[in-house]
Amino acid sequence: MLDKNQIAQRIAQEVKEGYYVNLGIGIPTLVANFVRDDIQVEFQSENGILGMGPFPFEGEEDADLINAGKQTITALKGASYFDSATSFSMIRGQHVDLTILGAMEVSQNGDIANWKIPGKMVKGMGGAMDLVASAQNIIVAMMHTNRAGQSKLLKQCSLPLTGVNCVKKIVSNLAVLEIIDGKFKLLERAPGVPVSEIQQATLGDLIIEGDIPQMKF
Amino acid sequence: MINKTVANVQQACNGVEDGMTFMLGGFGLCGIPENAIAELVRLDVKKVTCISNNAGVDDFGLGLLLQKRQIKKMISSYVGENAEFERQMLSGELDVELIPQGTLAQRCLAAQSGVPAFYTPAGYGTEVGEGKESRDFNGKMHLLEHAFNAQFSFVKAWKGDTAGNLIFKGTARNFNPNMCGAAKITVAEVEQLVPAGELDPNQIHIPGIFVQRIFQGEHYQKRIEQRTVRQRQ
Repeated sequence: MLDKNQIAQRIAQEVKEGYYVNLGIGIPTLVANFVRDDIQVEFQSENGILGMGPFPFEGEEDADLINAGKQTITALKGASYFDSATSFSMIRGQHVDLTILGAMEVSQNGDIANWKIPGKMVKGMGGAMDLVASAQNIIVAMMHTNRAGQSKLLKQCSLPLTGVNCVKKIVSNLAVLEIIDGKFKLLERAPGVPVSEIQQATLGDLIIEGDIPQMKF
Repeated sequence: MINKTVANVQQACNGVEDGMTFMLGGFGLCGIPENAIAELVRLDVKKVTCISNNAGVDDFGLGLLLQKRQIKKMISSYVGENAEFERQMLSGELDVELIPQGTLAQRCLAAQSGVPAFYTPAGYGTEVGEGKESRDFNGKMHLLEHAFNAQFSFVKAWKGDTAGNLIFKGTARNFNPNMCGAAKITVAEVEQLVPAGELDPNQIHIPGIFVQRIFQGEHYQKRIEQRTVRQRQ
């Protein structure tokens, strides 16, 4: 079973040469730490920076330079700043190549819920609805089950949706899955995790074809 | 050059009344109009609607207006950092309209540029789309969203000149430029106010035509919400 850093590490393998990538809050933010340094990639943060760099050294924090999680960051050489409307032109206009975000639930037809638990948590969708409605290539980073052990990969989402028919790929603590023809297709399993455990943790329809390889790191 | 300067924040906020709709720039606490917010607290205007990406934190930003129950309605995309906000929302004291962040920015831009409405795919098939007109373009469903209608925009820039031209810094730019000229009166506060002619016209982000009042801001706190650092090797 993978920890959060290992999920990020596996997702980093999906980041390819020349990609502009938007990283959501949580596990997705960790992906930047694992992207190969021999490829050219730029990270976009929807509050208005392309070419986001690592956290600043202590004492060099700048209140005017944060990411969408309101964390202090740095700008790499060649970075640019822009306003919010321009930022979402990049997103809505499909100029961003890859979007990585977290989810509370995903359904087998690619619906995603990650912004609201009625009566409990109402923080808002931020940029997530714009991202999932427009991005061509969305990878979800998530835990396969919730704290009570219940599956978060469902036939239908029970929580209010963030977007419909949009998720293409999921990397969880147990597996890598693709969404094809309204079903979850198992592509890889986490090292040491048997297929039966993934089946048990997946409430939606799961396609298993042939031997399922273990993830490589 | 047309001189847009006012002497202070009091003059800048002249005409602000109960029940009005305000736009306020900023992302989290980054790039918020600190001086205007302090003045709105002092004026104690009530029952206002605030269009702002976030609602501040408990003791800063729009959280200051929330503390004094001045806000009737918030229109935001993300409000996760404010316990008082959550309390007022769950108790029904505060009306909250949560909208996608890109839609929020575009509704500002639409107001600025005289576009009454536009279509966007964001929120289609979710509760954001309930009751809204939808339409298929190129095989994809979109929602009709409308330009905002506000009386005042309060924005914060890094530098500005007496003609109202503005330059922003870093990610403190965010919604500020989109809100300029998007309300009947745009009030810009700046860290550095210079005479017209001192800013390079090539470097100006927002031309002065979108700004009605500009003033030199004071005592900026520029609080950091999440101080994240890395260790030196």
